[in-house]
Amino acid sequence: MSILLSNISKKFGTFTALDNINLEIPEGELVALLGPSGCGKTTLLRIIAGLESADQGRVLLSGQDRTDHDVSQRGIGFVFQHYALFRHMTVFENVAFGLRVKPRRERPSNEVIAKKVHALLELVQLDWLHDRYPDQLSGGQRQRIALARALAVEPSVLLLDEPFGALDASVRKDLRQWLRNLHHDLNVTSIFVTHDQEEAMEVASQVVVLNHGRIEQQGAPGDIYDNPANAFVSRFIGHTNVFDLDEQDADWLQTAGIPVAHQQGKFAHVRPHDIVIEKPTADSDAFVTLKDWQHLGSLIRIELVKNGSNGLTASVYAEMPNDQFRRLHLNRGDKVDLRIRHAHWFH
Amino acid sequence: MNAIAQPINPARLVARQQKVLQDADWVRWSLIAIAVGFIGLFICLPLGLVIFQAFSKGIAAYWSALSQADTLAAIKLTLLTALVTVPLNTVFGVAAAWAITRFEFRGKSLLTTLIDLPFSVSPVISGLIFVLLFGAQGWFGEWLSAHDVKIIFAVPGIILATLFITFPFVARQLIPLMQEMGNQEEEAALSLGASGWKTFWAVTIPNIKWALLYGVLLCNARAMGEFGAVSVVSGHIRGLTNTLPLHVEVSYNDYDVVGAFAGASILAGLAIVTLILKTVLEWRQANR
Amino acid sequence: MSKSSIMPGFRPTIGFTLIYLGLVVLIPLSTLVFKSFQLNWDDYVHIITNKRVLSSFRVSFSTALVAAMIASFFGFIVAWVLVRYLFLGKRFFHALIDLPFALPTAVAGIVLATIFQPSGFLGKLLIDSFGIQVAFKPLGIVMALIFISIPFVVRTVEPVLLEFESAMEEAASSLGATRWQVFGKIIFPNVFPALLTGFALAFARGVGEYGSVIFIAGNIPYISEIVPLLIVTKLEQFDIEGATAIALTMLVISFVLLLLINLLQLWVRKRSGQL
Repeated sequence: MSILLSNISKKFGTFTALDNINLEIPEGELVALLGPSGCGKTTLLRIIAGLESADQGRVLLSGQDRTDHDVSQRGIGFVFQHYALFRHMTVFENVAFGLRVKPRRERPSNEVIAKKVHALLELVQLDWLHDRYPDQLSGGQRQRIALARALAVEPSVLLLDEPFGALDASVRKDLRQWLRNLHHDLNVTSIFVTHDQEEAMEVASQVVVLNHGRIEQQGAPGDIYDNPANAFVSRFIGHTNVFDLDEQDADWLQTAGIPVAHQQGKFAHVRPHDIVIEKPTADSDAFVTLKDWQHLGSLIRIELVKNGSNGLTASVYAEMPNDQFRRLHLNRGDKVDLRIRHAHWFH
Repeated sequence: MNAIAQPINPARLVARQQKVLQDADWVRWSLIAIAVGFIGLFICLPLGLVIFQAFSKGIAAYWSALSQADTLAAIKLTLLTALVTVPLNTVFGVAAAWAITRFEFRGKSLLTTLIDLPFSVSPVISGLIFVLLFGAQGWFGEWLSAHDVKIIFAVPGIILATLFITFPFVARQLIPLMQEMGNQEEEAALSLGASGWKTFWAVTIPNIKWALLYGVLLCNARAMGEFGAVSVVSGHIRGLTNTLPLHVEVSYNDYDVVGAFAGASILAGLAIVTLILKTVLEWRQANR
Repeated sequence: MSKSSIMPGFRPTIGFTLIYLGLVVLIPLSTLVFKSFQLNWDDYVHIITNKRVLSSFRVSFSTALVAAMIASFFGFIVAWVLVRYLFLGKRFFHALIDLPFALPTAVAGIVLATIFQPSGFLGKLLIDSFGIQVAFKPLGIVMALIFISIPFVVRTVEPVLLEFESAMEEAASSLGATRWQVFGKIIFPNVFPALLTGFALAFARGVGEYGSVIFIAGNIPYISEIVPLLIVTKLEQFDIEGATAIALTMLVISFVLLLLINLLQLWVRKRSGQL
């Protein structure tokens, strides 16, 4: 089911949580609402769900206006940040809840419910826990039960609030992949909220970046990384080196291979992997010093120190494959040549 | 079982507000009406009536009822009882809470249960047991009368019964709080070279002071207001062994309505002061 | 015994605690048991099966039960309203809930008697309009015990409602539950153990209550005479044996009931996954 949000605004007192949000999500996507804390992403998710009401704007699901529908009538599945499992019910009863509260005419028989619940528990690979209580489960298990419970009512949209936020790092990794696969199998339009850009990039098919209640950019993860729409997105997604032309970086950038054209903006954002370093040749004007490096698996992150013409020093980060770096035979304190392959300009 | 409510931060009651999942207006207002009506009938009305009855014959009658020798004696005895029992039970409460929350020993949960015991004993039985001990036919009855010591139908009996009734109040407030606090701060102070006493006064007391005062307040209210237990051991001797609650009873039974309600108004005033201080302490404790 | 701890003061505090507990509580309370041993079984049965004694037990336990049930019902509503709704004077009402804890029982007793006696403000109203007499009847006892019970229920339910995770409600709603279903299937089952505790505390207190009851009850044997009053009456007649036998019986029944309620609560909690 597609989702269309038009002109959504929401204020809490004098604080503007959402400012005129327009967003269209095509059917079948797995979308990440990404942004720093307080950017309004959770509020937006809750408005889509009907758990919060917007001050203005409409929520359309599959082209139908559902703004005035109560949360129980919207046909959404919501997975809460801390799962909100019913503590007084077994895992089985938790998953069965949505079916049991249906009006009598629509309510499936007990056998059908049992069959469906077990099928869902098998889907999340936890059928063996069906008679446990939530307090007896681990965080990752609760997460998957919460998902199974939300799926039981066959929602047309699945909404997840910080689905991995409360989990250990190792469990989180596994669940990310699992959620992606599950979405691939079920193909339910899904939106999840996260503040972790890595998570958003890894799991989502579409990323919506929010800041201060506004949408900064929407697009596929690769697009957003390669072509950030503005300085905020560029800084927020991945690592970036920022050079300020006012601090006389212009000459330096020119030497490093980036032509400076003032109309493009005042700040040059350069991704670490767009910086190439080489052993200095005899005639080169090497003005960067290799300070230190860290291993990031197959990549290596290199910290370089640049001596600005005004006497200030600044750190520049570059990334390159491990073996490539090893071939350069560099030591700490060596002068190196630096070349910038690509930069984004922002005002 | 915990018979005294733990303090609730009143601010939290106001903070809770949900926009979307609110009950329908008619549900909300009917429930508020039921609750307010119930509290009004069972709490506000009685409170108002005490004041009304006390002054029903005018201020002069109220003052003359209060300034009778018997009334004054009853007030004095009530104060004396509280003055003896509250400090004793406070010292006990602190000692017991310290032993129970700062050490591990066998029989700890039994000890905690035993401390609560007086809560589950009827006030009348609480008085009766002291009659069985010290009364004329009691265990020490003969020895006491031979040595001309009076406990039952005298002030010591009243104090003993009150001690029993108010026994758990302070301990009950401190034990959960000190349990929750843990002893890290105290261990830190000790490791920095502070003595045990110094640690207790400089670290423990500042942390528990509001809960301690809360316990003392409730203990005092009960000590001054206890009726059943005291009634059994007092003998209702006017001017001698009547506490203020007993004086209220005697006056009421003698159809001295103004006298009864004059005494009652003082006790009701005590209750209101207790409630106000309690609310203040709840704020303090919440903003600790 | 004390674990290896650097905390000082175990010996003096535990020593004082045990001695004081023994002197003030355990020794006095044990006299009740030892005194009863001086009675032989036949005498005991004779005292207890006396018709007046039996009916006082019936009056005490049935009024306490009814009062605790009524107080639980209304107390739950009061706690619900105080926790969940905003309205004028809410904090004032919140503070007033503890009045029955703070107000001496004798004062409560004479006030309630004055209100509900046939010539009293509400007593007259009830008799004139509905023909219901409250004072000098078991109904009067119930009224007094409701007053006593309110804070027990409200104060045990309130914190649980406050701590209740609102996300559980939202989850239930998002799964399609109506407001009633959310209350019946999610909120109430989670609050029920606390309500049961409040009920038990109110009931236990009600059975032993004396001061607030005797004025309104009229203390008519076989009709509105409660057990604590009968104990006092026996004492005033210097019938120590009788008083002791009744007191011990009442104490034992109360403890057994409390134990049963605790077990019931354990069962409820276990069944609802809260253990």
